[in-house]
Amino acid sequence: MQPRLETEEVIVNLGPQHPSTHGVFRMILRLEHEVITEAIPVVGYLHRGLEKLAEVRTYTQIIPYTDRLDYLAAMLNNLGYVQAVEKLAGIEVPERAEYIRVICAELSRIASHLLFVATFAMDVGAITGFMYPFRDRERVLDLLEMVSGSRLTVSYMRVGGVAEDLPEEFLPALKKFLDDLPACIDEYNGLITGNEIFQARTKYVGRLDPQVAINYGISGPVLRASGVYYDLRKLRPYGIYDRFDFEVPLGKNGDCFDRFVVRIKEIEQSARIIRQAVEQLPEGPVMGKVPKVLRPPKGAEVYHEIEGAKGVLGYYLVSDGSNRPYRMHVRAPSFINLGLINEMVRGWKVADVIAILGSIDICLGEVDR
Amino acid sequence: MLENLFVAIGDWFNNLGARAGAPYWGDLLELVWILVAILVFLGLGVAMLVLLERRVAAFIQVRYGPNRVGPQGILQTIADMVKLLGKEIIIPRAADKVLFLLAPVLVVVPVVMLFAVVPFGKDMVPIDMNIGLFYFISVASLTTIIVWMGGWASNNKYSLVGAMRVVSQMVSYEIPLVLSLLGVVMLVGSLKISDIVRAQEHVWFIFTQPVAFLIYVVAACAEVKRVPFDLVEGESEIIAGPYTEYGGMAYALFMLAEYGELILISALATTCFLGGWLAPFGLTFIPSWVWFFLKLNLMILFFMWLRWTYPRIRVDQLMHFGWKVLVPLSLANIFITGIGMYVYRALGW
Repeated sequence: MQPRLETEEVIVNLGPQHPSTHGVFRMILRLEHEVITEAIPVVGYLHRGLEKLAEVRTYTQIIPYTDRLDYLAAMLNNLGYVQAVEKLAGIEVPERAEYIRVICAELSRIASHLLFVATFAMDVGAITGFMYPFRDRERVLDLLEMVSGSRLTVSYMRVGGVAEDLPEEFLPALKKFLDDLPACIDEYNGLITGNEIFQARTKYVGRLDPQVAINYGISGPVLRASGVYYDLRKLRPYGIYDRFDFEVPLGKNGDCFDRFVVRIKEIEQSARIIRQAVEQLPEGPVMGKVPKVLRPPKGAEVYHEIEGAKGVLGYYLVSDGSNRPYRMHVRAPSFINLGLINEMVRGWKVADVIAILGSIDICLGEVDR
Repeated sequence: MLENLFVAIGDWFNNLGARAGAPYWGDLLELVWILVAILVFLGLGVAMLVLLERRVAAFIQVRYGPNRVGPQGILQTIADMVKLLGKEIIIPRAADKVLFLLAPVLVVVPVVMLFAVVPFGKDMVPIDMNIGLFYFISVASLTTIIVWMGGWASNNKYSLVGAMRVVSQMVSYEIPLVLSLLGVVMLVGSLKISDIVRAQEHVWFIFTQPVAFLIYVVAACAEVKRVPFDLVEGESEIIAGPYTEYGGMAYALFMLAEYGELILISALATTCFLGGWLAPFGLTFIPSWVWFFLKLNLMILFFMWLRWTYPRIRVDQLMHFGWKVLVPLSLANIFITGIGMYVYRALGW
């Protein structure tokens, strides 16, 4: 009898405590050598019941909770929520507030994408690539701190406008940041994007077919990297986004590399929008006429979507006539983008799983709500 | 005077022993002196390297790095050591206790052994045996087994994956490493370390064997498990690979071995390609061992520069690169070196 070399599948538990799951995300990986045969995502470790909590808070009290969804782009969450409430209660927002909102929201998007660039570099092993985007993200956070007093959990937007007008030092600091940004992006491209090993690690890895992506409801930069022209700022402009001139960067292959490049290009486009918004910024009040107690009509319901940093961020609100929503639901892009993870990582190696998961750019605060 | 400082101290010990008793007492005392010198060099060298690496990394990453403990943070490593000594070594319940604890102790042994053939300066090769290079390569590959043992004994899946990667990576990259050194050996015609250095009196081998040097640097990078070949402990994938379950001093010993290997692999590069202790441009008034340390540190800084610039490559790309690029390239290098030598002799230069 010949001795047989026995091999067995190994089940590896990746997370919830793991350096590259971007939070408390857990994946159960079935490995054949180093190749993934199955990946079962397990979510819920950060569940706080935000949607349920919202039912016992007034409409204004919910704003700080939205900060804690995707805490890397809190302004965008604020924006989506307050616009949903404004739609529900039919509130007008003054011009200046609209422009300030766009500036802050796009800054938030830049911050979120910079963090992605940093962590993705880290995921493929370039530790230095982590530091440079973080250095610049810090400046964005400083700007957000100027307007709101907080770096991450800003709670800056209000139903009917924004909390306060821009401070004096904000616009000069913003201008300086925008002037420095192209040089910073050149630095990332030189250090990370152009690196031979980085390209070898990311090109053609974790390809996502556009049709599959659409079928699974994937949105945001992940979808655009697959070449699908889908950006709500262009297709269904909300707020005043129809007044700005910008492009929607698209990828070709839908691989990790494209997802990375699309986001770097989006940073540039966001900067372009901010420049235009600063130029057109009108004078005037920053708060519209809002009743002291917000009571939307009974039975009114609204679903409002915006283009978040991670994808389509939707808020669904139902009113029962009181000052609290009867039901709030959040369409969290991170959660929905994560739905395809099993199909995307199957057949790839452990190292690729990290790269693919990193390239989807999830934020666990949003996945688990 | 300064040139022969360490040799003189060795001789002094030898004489002291010889006068006190039989002649072998002298040799014994000299050996003890060499051993103490090596251990001090290893300990201090690693302590400084850890700090240097952190400062270099900080410099590359636009931050400050440790600069609080002592002037410019030079006592940082010692503070870390004290902290690590105070930590409990946690043994996983399912681990093989004996092997688990044996691995961090054993891993330092080959490193110390290897210093026996490092040419610190003129006449400063501790044991100048006639198979020096061969000894170096064979003992260096021992670490693989020990790290693998530690990884397997941990009974952790990440450790196991890391341990398997150690074996495959080391085996694959040892071959181009050895083959690249073969070019040098062909030129010298000897495996003796001091002969290799002396053969470079006119021209360093980095100029006559540039391809071999390139292959050596790449393979050496993989041998010491540094970026871009740090798959073994790729922290974003498998936490810390075979070291995952180790804490406290056990972890520190692995790190000691790792930095010791970095010194050694740089020392070998210096010896075989950068002319060892030989002074360039006839600057012989600077002692030979100073030159050796300068070149050694240059190599180390080069490896650090690599580490803090590149991402990590994937396991299949690693194998692909090792077997399909480096091995054929190093074979071609040997072939061309052979032809070159033949032509050289035929022309009678």
